[in-house]
Amino acid sequence: MSLWVDKHRPTNLSKLDFHKKQAAHLKKLVHGGDFPHLLVYGPSGAGKKTRILCLLRELYGAGTEKLRIEHQHFQTPSKRKIEIVTIASNYHIEVNPSDVGIYDRVVVQELLKTVAQTQQLETNSQREFKVVILNEVDKLTKDAQHALRRTMEKYMSTCRLILCCNSSSKVIPAIKSRCLGVRVPAPTVEQIVTVLQTVCKKESLSIPPELAERIAEKSNRNLRRAILMCESCRVQQYPFVPDQDIPEPDWEVFLKETAKLIVQEQSPRKLFEVRGRIYELLIHLIPCEVIFKGLLKELVNNCDGQLKGEVTQLAAYYEHRLQLGNKAIYHIEAFIAKFMSIYKKFLEESMADVF
Amino acid sequence: MEAFFKGVRPGTSGLKDKTGSQKDGSKPGRKQAPPPWVEKYRPKTVDEVAFQEEVVTVLKKTLQGADFPNLLFYGPPGTGKTSTILALGRQMFGEMYRSRILELNASDERGIQVIREKVKNFAQQTASNRTPEGKPCPAFKIIILDEADSMTKAAQDALRRTMERQSKSTRFCLICNYVSRIIGPLTSRCSKFRFKPLSKDILIQRLQDISEKESVKAEPGVLESLVDISEGDLRKAITFLQSAHRLKGDLGINLDDILEIGGVVPSKWLDKLFDICKSDSYEKLETFVTDMVAEGFSAGQLMGQLHDKIVFTEELNDKQKSVICNRLAVCDHRLMDGADEFLQIMDMMTVIMHQLCHASS
Ligand SMILES: Nc1ncnc2c1ncn2[C@@H]1O[C@H](COP(=O)(O)OP(=O)(O)OP(=O)(O)O)[C@@H](O)[C@H]1O
Ligand SMILES: [Mg+2]
Repeated sequence: MSLWVDKHRPTNLSKLDFHKKQAAHLKKLVHGGDFPHLLVYGPSGAGKKTRILCLLRELYGAGTEKLRIEHQHFQTPSKRKIEIVTIASNYHIEVNPSDVGIYDRVVVQELLKTVAQTQQLETNSQREFKVVILNEVDKLTKDAQHALRRTMEKYMSTCRLILCCNSSSKVIPAIKSRCLGVRVPAPTVEQIVTVLQTVCKKESLSIPPELAERIAEKSNRNLRRAILMCESCRVQQYPFVPDQDIPEPDWEVFLKETAKLIVQEQSPRKLFEVRGRIYELLIHLIPCEVIFKGLLKELVNNCDGQLKGEVTQLAAYYEHRLQLGNKAIYHIEAFIAKFMSIYKKFLEESMADVF
Repeated sequence: MEAFFKGVRPGTSGLKDKTGSQKDGSKPGRKQAPPPWVEKYRPKTVDEVAFQEEVVTVLKKTLQGADFPNLLFYGPPGTGKTSTILALGRQMFGEMYRSRILELNASDERGIQVIREKVKNFAQQTASNRTPEGKPCPAFKIIILDEADSMTKAAQDALRRTMERQSKSTRFCLICNYVSRIIGPLTSRCSKFRFKPLSKDILIQRLQDISEKESVKAEPGVLESLVDISEGDLRKAITFLQSAHRLKGDLGINLDDILEIGGVVPSKWLDKLFDICKSDSYEKLETFVTDMVAEGFSAGQLMGQLHDKIVFTEELNDKQKSVICNRLAVCDHRLMDGADEFLQIMDMMTVIMHQLCHASS
């Protein structure tokens, strides 16, 4: 049995529940004949992928839903073998090049060339180009991004790229200059409420508007999260009641508690304890920036105005440093240690003021 | 040129005619995708390259038989570097393009090994000063290394030697965005040409031209704002024009479409952001920035627009502006390194907030 998020994913541009105007424009784009490379960007859970899949369907018809998973093998110039998983139909291929870390350039080079140089398998498809979907392009190395540049022009007649990412700041200007940027904003709370109601209706459930609203608020405008939360609410208690408990992901609770520990006591012993917890989060593949943002959100609650700014800047500083290094724990721990130190000073000073 | 754009390969050559016959009887015809406008309007001769007079003058002389130096083209995206050398090659060698020109770009493997073998082999072939039909033509070959700024130092070093040894029979044309990433010994062996961002007049003129030919429907002012957001990058301007045209079709393009396609942060968001900074409330700022990030606006774009706003505002003195701009530079750089957008915007805005509320002279 599949999750609601997958089960009720719209497959047709005209069935998309929000940003309908954009969907209509994309439809026009498809039927205009010439189709540019796309850079689809927006926060996670905003429905970028769904939109892209609908677009593919509009381009080629239902054949894009017959998917096969393949393991592709490439060799780097230094003779190292790399393997990457691709998802493909007869019309498109999807890959996440950053899966192979610093070897992403090889994947980009080789894969695109192979696709661009093989003819469309099915001669009676409507298009003479295939689509390559590259995910997480904001995580691509600069090297790999450079490798895309001329390729995008040269193989334009046989292949179109759809680049997908969260943050378009990390995409080099030369690539942006070759694509149509499609921004997919996160749905608003009201839009999420509507989607939740539709999903529940399809499941033949009735959801009280208050509950839908609360879930939407709690999802931080992340639709995937909202639907997942809604489904777990269903598992916990049905019929729904307006004020029922909405389960939070374990790691989130864990992260909040970690922040509390940091505020409780500032000492090497505590730092050691906290480190263990950070490791725990990292092992469960919680992204580093999520840890930083989660900690920051809780920590500033205990600071005064001036200090809030300072702590924010620290988080920004250490999170950036983390991007340059390769061991996340150092930088997260450095941030926590630094926070402990200035927070302790802050407490001492305000104590001194009292006396 | 035509063949190049159609990407003719053994398997696909003559695709156009073939589809016609294959199609008979099956589904009502595979759509022949028209070429994208950037390719359709790519300069076909050196003369058609706009705004880069310096290099055009030199290249035209070489077409008339003057000495052909090694070339280094550098400059921002979409200013005509690749187009210029491709056009020159076509004009110089016509039919013999394939045998006389080797184009390697960042999508090709270009490690030392390749430079030592592929480039060297190509460079060593002799080139006569006659075409097969007996017409005179230049007695050398051209190796184009496009996107040379992504070549490793080691590969560049290897290239340096090849360049020296093969100077009789081969000319090199290096192309890049960032000339600082090319090693000194290479740049000193080339005539350097900087490709400038195209001027507003030229951009407008080109866009008008294309709009007419393609019967684009647009509100007045659309082309101007297109020019503003494309920052001298003609490819971007053309791509955006075509996309907007396809997205809107007969409805006609309006100003908002252009801002949306360009990823510009609407000014009402910026104004609000500023007002919140003035209110000195961290909580409001946090909520608003969270929303802004959820809207998917690019933080890099935001930094650029903030910069314009800061520089011209009268609510800050010079000292405050310099503190803020300094931080803008830092945050923008960090974003390029892949730092988190929310954190960098918050960092930036807390600095602005502090300057607005606590640091007035
Ligand atoms: N100076 C110019 N004159 C005429 N057309 C131009 C000029 N510059 C750019 N263009 C247009 O922009 C398109 C892209 O130009 P080109 O490929 O030459 O850019 P580039 O300088 O090589 O960019 P990049 O650094 O991103 O590779 C061309 O197809 C052409 O339509
Ligand atoms: Mg180029």
